[in-house]
Amino acid sequence: MLRFLLRRCGQALVTVLGVATLVFFVQRLTGDPTYLLVPETATKADIDALRHALGFDRPLIVQYFDFLRDLAHFDLGQSVVQRVPVTTIIASRLPYTLQLAAGALVVAAGLGIPAGVLLAMFRDRAIAKICAGVVLAAQSMPTFWSGILLIMIFAVELGWLPPSSTGGFANLVMPSVALGLLSMATFARITRTALLDELSKDYVRTARGRGVRTMRLLFRHIARNASIPVITVSALEISNLLAGAVIVETVFAWPGLGQVTVQSILARDFLIVQGVVLLGAFVTVALNLAADILYSIVDPRIRLEAAQ
Amino acid sequence: MTVVAATSPAMRRRQLGKLLRWWPVALIALFVLAAIFAPLLAPYDPNSQNLIGRLKPPGTTSRTFHYLLGSDELGRDLLSRIIFGARASLLVAFTSVLLSGTFGVIAGMIAGYKRGLAELVIMRIVDVFLSIPAILLAIITVAVLGPSLINVIVVLALTRWPRYARVAYGQTLAVANMPYVKLSALMGANAFRVLGIHVLPNIIGAVSVVATLEFGLMVLFEAGLSFLGLGVQPPTASWGAMLSTGRNYIANAWWVATFPGLSLFLLVLAVNLIGDTVRDRLDPRAQ
Repeated sequence: MLRFLLRRCGQALVTVLGVATLVFFVQRLTGDPTYLLVPETATKADIDALRHALGFDRPLIVQYFDFLRDLAHFDLGQSVVQRVPVTTIIASRLPYTLQLAAGALVVAAGLGIPAGVLLAMFRDRAIAKICAGVVLAAQSMPTFWSGILLIMIFAVELGWLPPSSTGGFANLVMPSVALGLLSMATFARITRTALLDELSKDYVRTARGRGVRTMRLLFRHIARNASIPVITVSALEISNLLAGAVIVETVFAWPGLGQVTVQSILARDFLIVQGVVLLGAFVTVALNLAADILYSIVDPRIRLEAAQ
Repeated sequence: MTVVAATSPAMRRRQLGKLLRWWPVALIALFVLAAIFAPLLAPYDPNSQNLIGRLKPPGTTSRTFHYLLGSDELGRDLLSRIIFGARASLLVAFTSVLLSGTFGVIAGMIAGYKRGLAELVIMRIVDVFLSIPAILLAIITVAVLGPSLINVIVVLALTRWPRYARVAYGQTLAVANMPYVKLSALMGANAFRVLGIHVLPNIIGAVSVVATLEFGLMVLFEAGLSFLGLGVQPPTASWGAMLSTGRNYIANAWWVATFPGLSLFLLVLAVNLIGDTVRDRLDPRAQ
């Protein structure tokens, strides 16, 4: 087990290093990153001063190792516009994005898993076909359109929910639904496949032969085995939800990380954008690692195979 | 006898059902034709403004304009802008899928065939790319390069190739062990020939499934980036940018956001339906 854990953590660390390197080079795609950090009205003297202050006039390799060193100390630099450390800005916005992602996950799993069960259990019936259509439609719906439609219907026409911003539970409903609908399809699909895989196995046939009722069979026997792929997908979907929040937050004026990212791009406050991207990537790597570990606890065969 | 059977109501219904199954293809064809022949099909110039006819509901006439789907905040005809907007969507999706697909497949095949160092380096890079949420990677790259139609294509091509690389890699690993591939290498065929003649035709099916699903996703990405102001720049028509403006007028002009959103939804739905069908055909387990 320990060997498995160490190996997985080592791999995750290499990926994190790779992500940092990628972001470092993306930042320098146009040559000099100073231009990303100055307002369009800046004079040449301003630009030169900032370039020197930030050390962008030093050799690339020195800059790279400095960048890595700062990252290791959780130092993401300072916002050029607000003159506040990027980590402070991220910390103040993160709770909102987490709220939104949690709400969306509840919507996605809460609708997607039952839909997947329905799709698998009633494969060839009309109800499964209708359900499949709904799932596919939800998957094809851009969040910025479903968000606008939700606002039109529930805020403008019916007046049931507040159209935007934060405040209470009611404010969280529409953004969560808009964001969650997109992931619902993934949950439905993976639940369906996992269930179908299990349904074809011998133990299910035996249990059926012994006269175990369908509901009991589903909850007592199949659910546990089929949950493994669903756990993995949940981990991956959380990072997708965090990224998807960028657009949904813009639609609903939700003051999370997504909104600050878009505002920072428009205000040419590049270090905040970079900080959010790095955070998103690290969260993804961490969630993948967590899913792998959880996976190996649920299914011992996996860690045995990996250790060999 | 057969003539009677062919015209029986049940038979006719079945034939109609069969025909209806082709609607996603027909819909995509419609969008493609609209994009290609936009200048001929659009009733008006998508950028010509009519400030007296701002935010007119569908079916209104104002000066020389008859707004079939209504007008936007500058009095431009929504229908014409939607037809021209199909150009941005399809151009970006098609080009970025082609570029990222070509690069990804080549990288994946090399990793799967050469193994060793090439495999280690390429697949580690793929892992790194896939661990950054795609939309974030696209956003940071556009933020560096600056927003424009060409840059959106470049960004999507740069950030999406690992998806193809991973599939091509897995498939190549399986095919490379086939006796005829090994024999071809033994007979002196170089890697280029082996991959092009023996491996590629065998993996292209799996790759095309990814490409179809990616196509729908790229349409959404282009619209998403344009919605955030990072894609196609005004006044060029793009569905995402139209939705972004429409958002400001939901209280009094529902049509501005509704119709571009509907076009986007229908296009992506049609692509996804085709993707699902192709996947089911090629992967019997998924049925």
